[in-house]
Amino acid sequence: MANFTPVSAAIGGGLIGLSAVLLMLLTGRIAGISGILGGLLDWRADDKDWRIAFIAGLILAPLMAGWMGYGMPTPKLPASWAVIIAAGLLVGFGTRLGGGCTSGHGICGVARLSARSIAATIIFMLTAIATVAVTHHLLGG
Amino acid sequence: MRMIASLLCGLVFGAGLLISGMVQPTKVLGFLDIFGAWDPSLAVVMAAALAVSVPGFRLANGRSRPLLADQSFWPSKSQIDRPLIMGAALFGIGWGLVGLCPGPALESLATLSPGILVFVAAMAGGMTLHDYWQKPQPKLRNEAALAEADG
Repeated sequence: MANFTPVSAAIGGGLIGLSAVLLMLLTGRIAGISGILGGLLDWRADDKDWRIAFIAGLILAPLMAGWMGYGMPTPKLPASWAVIIAAGLLVGFGTRLGGGCTSGHGICGVARLSARSIAATIIFMLTAIATVAVTHHLLGG
Repeated sequence: MRMIASLLCGLVFGAGLLISGMVQPTKVLGFLDIFGAWDPSLAVVMAAALAVSVPGFRLANGRSRPLLADQSFWPSKSQIDRPLIMGAALFGIGWGLVGLCPGPALESLATLSPGILVFVAAMAGGMTLHDYWQKPQPKLRNEAALAEADG
């Protein structure tokens, strides 16, 4: 557990929870990122303004941190484009089919004590752990 | 006002992901890799987020309406059905492949990294693919359709 960073994890997690609560208290919306993006891409929806504003804030955060001298390092991704594209497709399709992701189910849904979201969170955690076990250990990547 | 509130919430959410290190796929994979050098940080992030959101949502639920809008959109579904199980399982596989879920992926657009741009394009493609596959229903206007999503 050499990489364990409990203090920054607790502060960051608290802020994520605060954001979800504020969004609900102020605008009445669930802070589920796949739902926010999905609604933006759905041509049936006509409430795109707040979605764009939220995502803009999300992208602005590392830029502002960078101006203050805490630049965000470029995320390390697998070398294979095929893996990146396959993962993106699975994340996009899966979150829409399942109605949420780590934020919508994992934080907002679990906080509402929704059995649906608790089930979804357990399932995506298990398949993600299994995927990492296969790619990192069985295939030795 | 609603726009400013949404922007600020996005900013706070982004700061949380940044400070917690969850924008780094390697950090997320460290949590998912329970058979390797396990890093429990993600569990602490979720626990801390829930410590704030459980009482916060209880407070929000007790109010008749949000401060800056006419109504709250609480998710209406409660059944654990096939789409939920299949969708969560597929999402988990994609998440485990690279260590990116939608929040950190969108936030990382700020780095303009080619890998992130391709991942987000594929993710948006996957979402659109799902919407087409679900047979678009032109009459079903926004709110009813979107309230079906959990998050």
